Amino acid sequence: MSISKKLVDDFVANDVSFITTVPCKQLAGVIDEVEARPEIFHIPSNKEDEGMGLCAGAWMGGKRPAIIMQNTAIGVTINTLATLIQYYRMPLPMLISFRGELREPVACQVEMAVHTKALLNQLNIPTYHFHRESDASEFDQILKYTFMCNKPVAILTDASFWGGYGDQ
Amino acid sequence: MIRSEILKDIAPILRDQLVVCNIGIPSQELHAIDDQPTNFYMLGTMGLASSIGLGLALSQPKPVIVIDGDGSVLTNLGTLPTIGNNCPPNYILMIIDNGSYGSTGDQPTYTGAKTDLAGMARAAGCDNVIEVQDVDTGAALQEALDSGKGTVMVVKCDSGNAKMPVITMDPVVIRDRFMKAVAS
Repeated sequence: MSISKKLVDDFVANDVSFITTVPCKQLAGVIDEVEARPEIFHIPSNKEDEGMGLCAGAWMGGKRPAIIMQNTAIGVTINTLATLIQYYRMPLPMLISFRGELREPVACQVEMAVHTKALLNQLNIPTYHFHRESDASEFDQILKYTFMCNKPVAILTDASFWGGYGDQ
Repeated sequence: MIRSEILKDIAPILRDQLVVCNIGIPSQELHAIDDQPTNFYMLGTMGLASSIGLGLALSQPKPVIVIDGDGSVLTNLGTLPTIGNNCPPNYILMIIDNGSYGSTGDQPTYTGAKTDLAGMARAAGCDNVIEVQDVDTGAALQEALDSGKGTVMVVKCDSGNAKMPVITMDPVVIRDRFMKAVAS
């Protein structure tokens, strides 16, 4: 089974039915899988803070939401995480492409990679780092944990997890 | 009319509806005029009222009215294409366009100059966009509710704020009672 399919199977099994995405090359397979599933309403957003607003509304409307984005977006969404998702105590799984790690070809991506875990740590956001393919086996438990504690939770997935960038 | 006068005017229409209200003085005014469990007050996060309301409208069948501002829509312009391409029939985005950033001291926004929010909403793909003068807000809002069509209203009014107390209610209380009202 592909990793993308396994991750989206876990979303569906945990009743996550509203997913917003911002495009990402590494997560393209997951985004395609999200779009293909009838159990999931997929709504692309133009910026990650906008997407978190959509997720907040969806959760108050009775759906379990999730956001799929790149780690650069942590820099965009700190205010939204602190004053909306955390302040009103809302659950939000964040499936994140961790650019700028080993096998990264674009130097600029490293500039946000070095801040990513520090920022998540500063925000007291539970953070999981998927580096090996077998790490995906915890995704189901991470989703259960997120909706148990009503917090934003970060799942960082790096290039090694995804098997490189394909064109290297 | 200024925003608080419009809110007083339309309070009887808002009372029975799910309302997502913009950060700052708009939420303080609505809270002081007619606090209801069906009101979700934003205490922070400028710009996201339209997005929160859209997520809510897409996830349950009751009508959702978003009270937004010109400055807040300008800070989250990406919301307009998302609304334009996904607008459900139960979503009403009411932009109180007073041409100023009210909560920060009435500094002018670009909508008071050359920028046309209704035109931008139409260009973003929103099908039902109406421009309304302040005194006509109640009738236009009721019509939008009765139409059962997703609608973007741009309400032109004067700049200015009423002096209202800060909302001291805990955010989790606001959210919890709102979710109970949504589910009831």
